[in-house]
Amino acid sequence: MSHTVKNLSQGDRELIAFRIGDQEFCVNIMSVREIRGWTPATAMPHSPADMKGIINLRGAVLPIIDLSARLGMKPAEPSVRHVIIVAQVRRKVVGLLVDAVSDILTVTDDNIQPTPEITSDTERQFARGILAIEKRMICLVELEALFPDTESEAA
Amino acid sequence: MDMNEIKEIFFQECEEQLAELEAGLMKMNDGDRDPETVNAVFRAVHSIKGGAGAFGLDDLVAFAHVFETTLDCVRSNRLEPSQDVLKVMLKSADVLADLTNAARDGGSVDEGRSRGLVKELEALANGELPSPSTAAEVPAPKPAAKVAPALAAAAPAPKATDDSGFQPIPFSFDDFGDEEEVGSGIPVYEIAFKPRSDLYSKGNDATLLLRDLSRLGEMSSYCNMDDLPGLDDLDAEAAYFSWNITLKTDKGEDAIHAVFEFAEWDCDLSVKEVGAEPSVSPNDELPMIPVPFDLSILDEGAAEAPTEPNSDAAAAVAAAETVSNVTQMAAAAARVEKKEAAATAAASAAAAAQNNAAAGQTIRVDLDRVDRLINLVGELVINQAMLSQSVIENDTTGTSSINMGLEELQQLTREIQDSVMAIRAQPVKPVFQRMSRIVREIADMTGKTIRLITEGENTEVDKTVIDKLAEPLTHMIRNAVDHGIETPEKRAAAGKNTEGTVRLTAKHRSGRILIELADDGAGINREKVRQKAIDNDLIPADANLSDEEIDNLIFLPGFSTADKISDISGRGVGMDVVKRSIQALGGRINITSRPGHGSVFTMSLPLTLAVLDGMVVTVAGQTLVVPLTAIVETLQPEAAAIHSFGANHRLISIRNSFCPLVDVGRILNFRATQANPVEGVALLVESEGGGQRALMVDAIQGQRQVVIKSLEANYTHVPGIAAATILGDGRVALILDVDAVVGASRGQALKPEMSLAAAG
Repeated sequence: MSHTVKNLSQGDRELIAFRIGDQEFCVNIMSVREIRGWTPATAMPHSPADMKGIINLRGAVLPIIDLSARLGMKPAEPSVRHVIIVAQVRRKVVGLLVDAVSDILTVTDDNIQPTPEITSDTERQFARGILAIEKRMICLVELEALFPDTESEAA
Repeated sequence: MDMNEIKEIFFQECEEQLAELEAGLMKMNDGDRDPETVNAVFRAVHSIKGGAGAFGLDDLVAFAHVFETTLDCVRSNRLEPSQDVLKVMLKSADVLADLTNAARDGGSVDEGRSRGLVKELEALANGELPSPSTAAEVPAPKPAAKVAPALAAAAPAPKATDDSGFQPIPFSFDDFGDEEEVGSGIPVYEIAFKPRSDLYSKGNDATLLLRDLSRLGEMSSYCNMDDLPGLDDLDAEAAYFSWNITLKTDKGEDAIHAVFEFAEWDCDLSVKEVGAEPSVSPNDELPMIPVPFDLSILDEGAAEAPTEPNSDAAAAVAAAETVSNVTQMAAAAARVEKKEAAATAAASAAAAAQNNAAAGQTIRVDLDRVDRLINLVGELVINQAMLSQSVIENDTTGTSSINMGLEELQQLTREIQDSVMAIRAQPVKPVFQRMSRIVREIADMTGKTIRLITEGENTEVDKTVIDKLAEPLTHMIRNAVDHGIETPEKRAAAGKNTEGTVRLTAKHRSGRILIELADDGAGINREKVRQKAIDNDLIPADANLSDEEIDNLIFLPGFSTADKISDISGRGVGMDVVKRSIQALGGRINITSRPGHGSVFTMSLPLTLAVLDGMVVTVAGQTLVVPLTAIVETLQPEAAAIHSFGANHRLISIRNSFCPLVDVGRILNFRATQANPVEGVALLVESEGGGQRALMVDAIQGQRQVVIKSLEANYTHVPGIAAATILGDGRVALILDVDAVVGASRGQALKPEMSLAAAG
């Protein structure tokens, strides 16, 4: 962890960076509840390919989403070295299966570059920008966009 | 506690008062003229006014004040609570509720409506009748029903303190709230009442009968003890006393007989009208004992009861001393004492009944706290199950003390769980009550006359179920009144009663609650529904559908989004939403309709969303829980009993009948091909729509109580799966939705698209 936590000034934000394959992504730290190791999940019938199943999180049922598959990449083959990021998206809590958590970043809005125009619709949907830090390229993921709101339509 | 919290409490109380108000008005609407009901209604409005005044909610105070004034007229019998008057009052109760909500949540109330009602209320208070139909009735002060508003507050009857003679003590029931002296126009009855022993042995009590009688009007009574034998001859079981009663009442002779309705066979009773002047004078020749009959002990709290009878008994003894026949009097005293013991018992019973009427002793608890407790108990249940399992696995010798302790623990957990669940269990009454308002409003808007009949409103269900029930039910009631029931003209033309009926019923059935909404309207117009579905591309034009299938089309999403809903004489406003919210509750909804006779919607819901008795089974390496209530029996299929049927179906013969086999693992897509039934176990299940299916699973692990965990909270509804639970080893297991699986086996598969559709 190269960046220590310090008092955040206006416009600063903290992000959690993680790795899927050879790519790096990050999400806003405020939506992350906890990070835990992979445990076998109970499979769900007729579920989409990125749905790895559900696990018990201290009495609550937590769905595990394979973020790699969700982002349109190769589905993960979970092992004990995989990590689950427990994140709150709106009112739901989901577990995101990733390869590893790498960093906590403190950045200002200036550090975030707009997403390049070569992206296809899939990437444009979730990518909120790109960070260049120490020659690494980290994609900022917007979880709200990744998990569209399903509640609003229920009258 | 800051002001906001106090205010919040006030609004919570308002909710209760409003419910009481409406319940009272509905009772009066059904002909209940009990002053206590009127008082309860009055009190409700009065307390809302008082509280609102404290918080400076002027609109609310102003309206409540006018309402209260009119109610006071009813209370003091200056206004006859006719149907028309009650109609205004029910509407006023609605507006009062709206004003309360507006005061809490902001927002405004339709001023025209409240102003109109204020005028109507004022007119009523001024003695103007709401509609010409009742013009015959004069709103002049009516001879009052001579009943004290609250008997508990009545002054105790005079005591027999005069020991100089046998001055009979008149039975006096002080009546306040009645300024008017009783006119000579009120008939006076002389009643001779002599109970036979049977009366007491059948559980009747002369005391209670006399009390009921006293409620009819002004009463005085004399107890005749002529027949009382000496102590030696006294049969404690026999009846010796008789009463001569003078009763001034305008209720008529029938009312008097009604009091003795259940006792008339067991007593000698004569009722005779003696004109308007009381003619009974104490007969000094008779050795009459003044038997103090203190009504207050019947209605006051039980705590006070013991002291009163003592003094009364003492008085009786004091009176007895002056009489030469001491033996006889001692017996009388004994009799009095016995009677009072009964009265004391009656007093506590009455007190209990009163408490009951006042909804018992309650505390208000934050729902979150109860939820936390329930969750903890759930964990306790899981833990206990884990413990049992590991003891069974490790302790093959079976140490008796451990096993006994474990058994006790199991029983305790079960009991704790039941009690905790009971905290959340509530009657469906409040929701049903809310529906009567919806019916009133829609009926008003559409110009129909509708009667809402509710049954089984004391059926108890978990609070979360009740809360989530209100919305779909409102929707359905609206539909029933708006689309289901025809206009009075149409009804008349069809030879039906112009008043439409909507019946709302709740009952328990095999561990679930069944809520039925029936109307006697036109039923579903299947031709139009079918056409609409074809127009909206919901079904192909050449689809061959059964009546039942057509009826169920109205639940399809898309059916309701049609622009001109009123074009369909059937239903369809958001029924897909209704179905979805019922499903979200783990429930199902069914419709049956008879053209010309109406429709019945049947909802089957779980009693609680927290716990369920389940059979833990293994399917394709997965652990599943099947709700025990669905399982009729389990059996080990034999090869000879399995028959192939067509290309893909297999039937199992059970006692000479054939039942379709459903491979759970296949239908849930846990395996690609059907398993060999002989290697598994069949669970014979009965589905909601009737009909049996044999669900094939690989093995049964055991029977267990499981805590239901919502899948929807963090994920989404999954077809075929009702919910999830956490097993003893901490892993999650899925709870099978038996009816969905059975439904899937009938035709449509549980498709992944469905789950995506559910996810949005």
